[in-house]
Amino acid sequence: MRVTFNVNGEDVSADNVWPGESLLYVLRERLGLPGSKNACEQGECGSCTVYFEGRTACSCMIAAGQAEGRQVRTVEGLAEGRGKGTDERPLGAVQEAFVEAGAVQCGFCTPGLLVQTDDLLERTVGARGQAPDDAEIREALAGNLCRCTGYEKIIDAVHLAAERRARAGSGA
Amino acid sequence: MAATTRVTDLSSTTRDGVGTSPRRPDGTLKVTGEFAYSSDMWMEDMLWGATLRSPHPHARILGIDITEALKVAGVQAVLTHEDVPGEKRYGLEFQDQPVLAFDKVRYKGEPVAVVAADHPETARRAMERIRVDYEVLDPVSDSRQAALDPDCPLVHEAGEVPHHPEYNPRGNRLRYQPIRTGAFTEVAGSADREQEVLEGLRAEAAAVVTTEYEVGMQDQAFLGPESGMAVPAEDGGVDLYVATQWLHADQRQIAPALGLDQEQVRLTLAGVGGAFGAREDLSMQIHACMLALHTGKPVKFVYNREESFYGHVHRHPAKMRYEHGARADGSLLYATAEVIVDGGAYASATPAVVGVASSLGLGPYEIPNALMDAYGVYTTNPPCGAMRGFGAVQSCFAYESQMDKLAAELGLHPVELRVRNALSQGSKVITGQEIDMPLPMVEMLERCRELPMPPERSALADPADQRTLPGGVAGTTRGEGVVRGVGYGVGLKNLCYSEDFDDYSTARVRMEVAGGEPVVQVHTAAAEVGQGLVTVKGQIARTELGVEKVVITPSDTQVGSAGSSSASRQSYMTGGAVKVACTSVREEVFALARAKGLVPEGSQDTDLSLTGGKVVSATAGALVSLADLLGEAAEGGAVVEHTREFHHRPTEMLDPQLGQGASHTQFGMCVHRAVVDVDVDLGLVKVVALDAVQDVGKVLHPQQLAGQIQGGSTQGLGLALMEEVQVEGSEIRNPSFTDYLIPTILDTPPMRIDVLERPDPHAPYGLRGAGEPPTLSSTPAIVAAVREATGRPLTHAPVRPEDIVGIEV
Repeated sequence: MRVTFNVNGEDVSADNVWPGESLLYVLRERLGLPGSKNACEQGECGSCTVYFEGRTACSCMIAAGQAEGRQVRTVEGLAEGRGKGTDERPLGAVQEAFVEAGAVQCGFCTPGLLVQTDDLLERTVGARGQAPDDAEIREALAGNLCRCTGYEKIIDAVHLAAERRARAGSGA
Repeated sequence: MAATTRVTDLSSTTRDGVGTSPRRPDGTLKVTGEFAYSSDMWMEDMLWGATLRSPHPHARILGIDITEALKVAGVQAVLTHEDVPGEKRYGLEFQDQPVLAFDKVRYKGEPVAVVAADHPETARRAMERIRVDYEVLDPVSDSRQAALDPDCPLVHEAGEVPHHPEYNPRGNRLRYQPIRTGAFTEVAGSADREQEVLEGLRAEAAAVVTTEYEVGMQDQAFLGPESGMAVPAEDGGVDLYVATQWLHADQRQIAPALGLDQEQVRLTLAGVGGAFGAREDLSMQIHACMLALHTGKPVKFVYNREESFYGHVHRHPAKMRYEHGARADGSLLYATAEVIVDGGAYASATPAVVGVASSLGLGPYEIPNALMDAYGVYTTNPPCGAMRGFGAVQSCFAYESQMDKLAAELGLHPVELRVRNALSQGSKVITGQEIDMPLPMVEMLERCRELPMPPERSALADPADQRTLPGGVAGTTRGEGVVRGVGYGVGLKNLCYSEDFDDYSTARVRMEVAGGEPVVQVHTAAAEVGQGLVTVKGQIARTELGVEKVVITPSDTQVGSAGSSSASRQSYMTGGAVKVACTSVREEVFALARAKGLVPEGSQDTDLSLTGGKVVSATAGALVSLADLLGEAAEGGAVVEHTREFHHRPTEMLDPQLGQGASHTQFGMCVHRAVVDVDVDLGLVKVVALDAVQDVGKVLHPQQLAGQIQGGSTQGLGLALMEEVQVEGSEIRNPSFTDYLIPTILDTPPMRIDVLERPDPHAPYGLRGAGEPPTLSSTPAIVAAVREATGRPLTHAPVRPEDIVGIEV
């Protein structure tokens, strides 16, 4: 079958999609967007988290056909400018903070955590102008497994990104 | 010009050198989604590989029929053991594991056939049509029986697989390592006389504690499953892009199986989604190469999570019996231990795991009389091998539990008992090896005890906030039945390879001028698995060569072996190799400067340094810029390149009778204090704090070091409270992330770190491998804290809710 939807602001189509394929498979293997990772295929690890119609979801749990006509945003769509493979491309605040705080080791969980964190900051700093506290961060990221870091640096990164976003939002 | 400034501390003058925390060079690609992991490989005409695995843990193969599978449209190849072009078996140390099973399968999930097809679903459908006739045999599931019962059925027929006589092999025993010291030395080998000595010691002891412990099978649970792509080459060879821990060890095993020369099998490290020991053994490597060579097309394999549980070795589960006797003042009089680690169907790293489990099996304590019997055995359970901590984790849980029990018996604080028996520099471990480097164990224990405690529950802003309670927002308690406990743990870990292994790494360092500035390239075959070696290599080059622009070349087999990214060894070994290669480059640069008459007469190399892109004399200041000295490479300027190997000092095999020998290169230690809140009615635990003190000799990258300590501590937390591959009748019952639980961010507490830097004079920069020690001590510290809260014996790691509540299952 053919599936047509919008990814990171671009309309895309995939042909010859087998109905059993997940949105994750279509993104990774048919659309050249391998940033979303496949680590459990059961919605347990969060490595494949994307925005689906503006809400975060595990793309391994969404059948390809369900994406028809929908809006999807992946880790590849988090950076502020498009343009492939240059170090100069400005990173988003969350991406920047993860590198700076040492929240990235093997990095396999990172794309999902970035999307989930982006959403958390949208709901906290973005919506109410207030940064999330530790407990709130832990609840928000409880569906994203990381095996390398022990999560401490990830929490540091979320705080850093929240601070910067709050400062940018207040025009400071 | 700073002509009179003496420049000795290079790190202070070259940005992002050793001791600072520069960003990881792969960080940007990892946060944009562009970093190419092994599962992200893609080529236009590639095929998907898939593996048919044995549904039985132990069975004879009577026949394999692939006829129907080949008829499935889109299937390009179905291969069995008959299609293995070269050696039919491979293995890390013993060549005992079939590339594809023949005659027998020895564990559930063993590869029997491989398929290449145009879509993963096509491959799956083809596999359903492969007919394998099995004669099912009884599994050999009990590791104690395998170790000690001479009538236990054999997993491998006698003479079928290689043995090493120094390992005391017998029956299903892969290795039996005894250690005898003190009064046990004289009577070694005679069970009756050993018993007499033991009874004498018991009579002399003021306190004796005896306990059986078990550590469950832990999974490394890296997030990026086994994957890679093999691409057939025009020379009849193959290029393999794969996530592994040691490219050259893979190459050494793959080439003979393919019937190819080593140089026809070229490996490049693809992005690695974590490792933790699970990528030491081969998984899909030979299969992908076979299919690629057979079909003439690139073949990609990606295991899913369930398959990954069958596709790599796990941490050895252990059954352990420990006895400790102490005098009234708390000093240890003797200890005995029997440690049985279950190697499963194939050897993997089991012999080396036994070497560690025995030599470090009584921990960092002065014990005048020691008796250790450590066994590694074959069973039909899932194969076990390397995992972070490697043989030292299991026994650490046992000896630390013993120390707590002994302290309670003697009425001493657990820290006090440890302090009274602590090893230090100049002490000997039970193998007779002297610790010839700092080991500030007493200070570490005291510092750990002094770390600030987390606030009591009553002092929290809202003690009823469910997010602070065991069970979390599930709301299983409002605080009733919640008891706090505190526990300590200490672990001693060998770092780098042990027991006479010629452990080395290779680095190629090249300096040239490009675009008017000096640039250094560092090329090694070392596997970056997430730990941050890729950052450290650049820091060392900057510090040694005073050049800020450093390019790290992708790791591949076009340069000599780097050894494995395991045993906490890469900063030491590959770091050491980069350092010595930089030294050679630097010496050549000095020689060039001398040849051009730029170095003052009588000035020694020791007066010279490279800093800020210049050759600098301690007495005469900056002599010449590298840009001027070398000249633009593209215009015929000099290119200075050196490839150097770095070996650590030699080590010895343990002798097979008394277990004596200087078997280890370096020792590392971490001390943990855990604070837990336990819902004693429901058996739920919340770890409130998990604080660590570790001596790392020299900090290379403070931020990455913290990541290693916190990550390692968290894997130990998993082993303490939740992680166990449940095996019944040799079958895994929980091969998924739904049923095999690893710590989430909610399970993980704040982790305070106190780092000591007492340099090891034998190591580059004085550093000490840091990745593994935290994984040892966090488990016993947490279990001790739960014990304190509950009063339960808790002899099994992980602790299960029923153990806490006291229900017999």
